[in-house]
Amino acid sequence: MNGSAILLMVLSLTVVWGGLLVSILALRARPERADFPEGGLGDHREDDAITERDT
Amino acid sequence: MSTTTTDTSPPREQFTGQVGFILSAIGSAVGLGNIWRFPGVAYENGGGAFLVPYVIALLTAGIPILFLDYALGHRFRGGPPTVFRRVKKWLETLGWFQVMICFVIAIYYAAIIGWALSFFVYSFTLKWGDDTAGFFTGDYLQLSDVANGGSWFTLDFVPAVLIPLLLVWVATIAVLVGGVAKGIEKANVIFLPLLVIAFSVLVVRAIFLDGATDGLNALFTPDWSALGDMNVWIAAYGQIFFSLSVAFGIMITYSSYRKRRANLTSPGLVVAFSNSGFEMLAGIGVFAALGFLAHEQGVAVADLEGITGPILSFVTFPAVVSQMPAGPLFGALFFGSLAMAGFTSLISILQVVSAGFQEKFGLTRRKAVLWIGAVAAVLSVVGFSTTTGLIALDTIDNWSNNVGIVASAVLMCVFLVWLLRTSPELRYHLNAVSTVQVGRWWYVCVGVVVPAVLAYMLVSRIVDLVQNGYEGYDETYLLYAGWGTLVVLVVGAVLLTLPRWRRSPDDFVAWPYFPPVTASTTTKGAAR
Repeated sequence: MNGSAILLMVLSLTVVWGGLLVSILALRARPERADFPEGGLGDHREDDAITERDT
Repeated sequence: MSTTTTDTSPPREQFTGQVGFILSAIGSAVGLGNIWRFPGVAYENGGGAFLVPYVIALLTAGIPILFLDYALGHRFRGGPPTVFRRVKKWLETLGWFQVMICFVIAIYYAAIIGWALSFFVYSFTLKWGDDTAGFFTGDYLQLSDVANGGSWFTLDFVPAVLIPLLLVWVATIAVLVGGVAKGIEKANVIFLPLLVIAFSVLVVRAIFLDGATDGLNALFTPDWSALGDMNVWIAAYGQIFFSLSVAFGIMITYSSYRKRRANLTSPGLVVAFSNSGFEMLAGIGVFAALGFLAHEQGVAVADLEGITGPILSFVTFPAVVSQMPAGPLFGALFFGSLAMAGFTSLISILQVVSAGFQEKFGLTRRKAVLWIGAVAAVLSVVGFSTTTGLIALDTIDNWSNNVGIVASAVLMCVFLVWLLRTSPELRYHLNAVSTVQVGRWWYVCVGVVVPAVLAYMLVSRIVDLVQNGYEGYDETYLLYAGWGTLVVLVVGAVLLTLPRWRRSPDDFVAWPYFPPVTASTTTKGAAR
């Protein structure tokens, strides 16, 4: 492979896979917020879920 | 909670957690386009230099519109019709337009997965022989010879295409009947790691073939002058946009199955980078293999034909497989990967349709999936397992993607950001539940960059189709199969908006409340 092709391949992989690695590490470090606005707990009880009709 | 209906209403389905959601979202995003579209597009648009517009497009269009989908689905908790209706009543039709796009795409996408399954089996004996092009269109698809007076639409079924297609539909319906956690999530937990392993083995093997470096040279040698070409930038935005499966309901639907107190942006970044990471892997694997093929044929990589789309997969790749040591294993890995990548995307596409019908018509999951699956399977068999299947597929794919999805994205951005001004609410939602915060730059991306680039793409594509037709196909045929597809999408969307909802989606309060309830507003309210 020529020099510029190798450089661009390494650069591409660094940017994209590096981005993936950083985003995974960031998520692992802080998977969820500790503080949420009030509410949002009884998830499915807050909106009307669909009715089961064949039971 | 004072509702008395809660005892009879089953809870909204949910992914079991963050990992299940992320795997499913990656499974949906990583599809056939990652394998057969990205490598060719990158090669034709500046090679290594394509990285620049590609990454910029990922950051300014891909990720922002992915966040928009997540925010919509997660905040308004439903498939596209429910979500858009909850944003504004008359916007429901846009939701059904997205559902119709998914339905149309599902019926032909399944056919390609069926082909991949056939070729997976053929790999073991290298059944395609030396003339891979003749085998694919002739022996396998038995394509109607339209150039020499052959019919444009037949009902001559091809059993070798029909049987795997039916298998694909049975598997798809079985997974969707299982539900979000026990069907979709489980399928992705199994198939996505398997896909990554199989494809990685294939790529590593490809890199060590003779001539592989010529292929990689062709892919990565930068042509910096390409950066001055507007079409290269459009190609980069198009690739990112189509590859992430955004703006036609899938990510809206999937994020609606996350619990309310769930992180959105950080998982979104993992999904977006995984999708691009897989594309990069595919680029290396495909071009290493193409380099080998060129080496074997004694030609330059630039002289190879068929480096994108179905022809890359079903004509060029079989030729590579035939010529390499341990070809059958390599072929099985490639077509197995293609089938798995396609399948995890197909189930996400059809789930959009299923969710839409469940919510509007009060159907159970089982009923919705069986009905939709049966109708889709029949249409799929009639349209795409015949001797004219490839032509129909090529045409319908072009119109539903390049016109349908792009229009859907432009409309979504224009209505939500400009007309209804919901973007502050959606950004507030993202930031209230997520760890990575979204800045004001997001407004610029979803309000200006995305609609501007996509509107340009849409208009230039329509002008081109009107002026030049498509692939030299018969004009009358394109009128029915191409523009007709668009009519079906729009008419279907309008008709599905008309019936009454079995259970009104309108008495719904979005959480977190917007504008946010602060201490001062609470006091004011109490004093009143």
